[in-house]
Amino acid sequence: MELVVFSLLNGIVFGLLLFMMSAGLTLIFSMMGVLNFAHASFYMLGAYFAFQISQAVGFWPALVLAPLVVGVAGGLVERYGLRRVHKHGHVPELLFTFGLAFLIQEFVVLGWGRVGVPYRVPEILNFPLFTLFGTNFPAYRAFMVLISIGMFVALFAILTRTRVGLIVQASLTHPHIAATLGHNVPRVFMYVFAGGTALAGLAGVIGGNAFVTNPSMAALLGTIVFVVVIVGGLGSLTGAFIAAMVIGIVQTFSVALDVSVGSFFGLLGLDLSSNSIFYEYWTLTLTDIAPVTPYLLLVLILIFRPMGLMGKRET
Amino acid sequence: MLEIKDLHAYYGKSHILQGVDLRVGNGEIVSLLGRNGVGRSTTIKAIIGDVPPEGSIRFKGEEIVGLKAHEIAHLGIGYVPENRDIFPGLTVRQNLLLGMKGTKQQGRWTMDNMFEMFPLLAERADTEGGVISGGEQQMLTICRTLMGDPDLIMIDEPTEGLAPMLVEQVSELLAEIATRGVSVLLVEQKLTIALKISQRVYVMGHGRIVFEGTPEELRANDQIRKEWLEV
Repeated sequence: MELVVFSLLNGIVFGLLLFMMSAGLTLIFSMMGVLNFAHASFYMLGAYFAFQISQAVGFWPALVLAPLVVGVAGGLVERYGLRRVHKHGHVPELLFTFGLAFLIQEFVVLGWGRVGVPYRVPEILNFPLFTLFGTNFPAYRAFMVLISIGMFVALFAILTRTRVGLIVQASLTHPHIAATLGHNVPRVFMYVFAGGTALAGLAGVIGGNAFVTNPSMAALLGTIVFVVVIVGGLGSLTGAFIAAMVIGIVQTFSVALDVSVGSFFGLLGLDLSSNSIFYEYWTLTLTDIAPVTPYLLLVLILIFRPMGLMGKRET
Repeated sequence: MLEIKDLHAYYGKSHILQGVDLRVGNGEIVSLLGRNGVGRSTTIKAIIGDVPPEGSIRFKGEEIVGLKAHEIAHLGIGYVPENRDIFPGLTVRQNLLLGMKGTKQQGRWTMDNMFEMFPLLAERADTEGGVISGGEQQMLTICRTLMGDPDLIMIDEPTEGLAPMLVEQVSELLAEIATRGVSVLLVEQKLTIALKISQRVYVMGHGRIVFEGTPEELRANDQIRKEWLEV
């Protein structure tokens, strides 16, 4: 019971963090038509900038400033990089973001070193919020949930309730028509890119200290975020939300459950001893398989529902 | 209002427009006629900047070749695309709001105007654009562009595939647009409508203008009609 409650809670926290990143990525995908390989790198930048800023002026200013700085960096990348590459088609765009990911990676290594930085949860939030079945639930996790939910409500309100949101929606699906109606579509795209990367930056600010802040954090989370976006359906915010929560919860559960593959067969009355074929596989526990589950889901989705859960076009 | 000289445009390597000359005066309705594929749609796409133009296009005396589509729209040229290209996921009202260039209602047209002229759109104001009928979508695309208060509106095949009653409504709307002092450049296939409402007509063939004159002159010219218009 304790396991279920805590895995669920942690799964939700992780899922919300995944969604915060995939929301930006899926919007940027709708706009460019290709996945932005460097998206998770902006998550990493968010964490490192937050670390640096919180060293100087503390966590709270960093919470606001770091995503802004990341967003401005993202906007500049779109304006002076992607927009020029865009003319030459999708493949150069893809290669550009691929190169950018390595560039940011090296920038981080040069600036802060190969090992992680001690980016910590702020003292004021470093206490157990409640204790259930003898296990503590950190207050910072609850804070992450609050920030994430506040973020989504704001994003949703902007996209559906404001004129700017309408222009963004129209420009993403029908850029040519939006332009002939007098909307500056390239500028809208720059803001979308800046906004999406700022969201990834915010995820970095609140995720970097809850998990780790090191140069491999981008690669670690990046692939899972791709899976979320593809499983949810490219371009669909609702799909990304569902996929993020499912993957977040499934992954947390499989890490927590200590059950081996063989024990399933044991339940079926099969005895798999050390001399049976593929013995190594039967002794794998769910924990061992956990990192693979998102990719398994990705493969299954691409086979059975190529447009993703809520997507409108084939991936 | 609009003065085009020696306009060329290309799709990839195909030379679609091969020197088009065309003029639309203040408050005038001008039709651009011709068979499919002769470059009528490309001509208006080149004017709005959706297809890169070469040559000279002057609007209210200002050269607009090289400007971006949104800049041209802000100068006062409205474009109604063919195929009833609305924003399908947004409501009728949101589609109309997106026609406006700023946040304030201004100029010749208001949303209430649109709803008075087309009560069907008013009934469907909060319905998604993608699920209303083809005729309603056609009205919506024209109204959406009018919300931006253009001084010249270019309309691509507004009556294509519409029921006769709706065709009548479209031609009434075009006349109404002209009475409010807006110039109209109409791309049409249906000769009857074009000849009825236009002051002047152009006929296009193979990327060039092959005839220019009044509707009466075109009616009298059997040879042009046979060679370039009749199927």
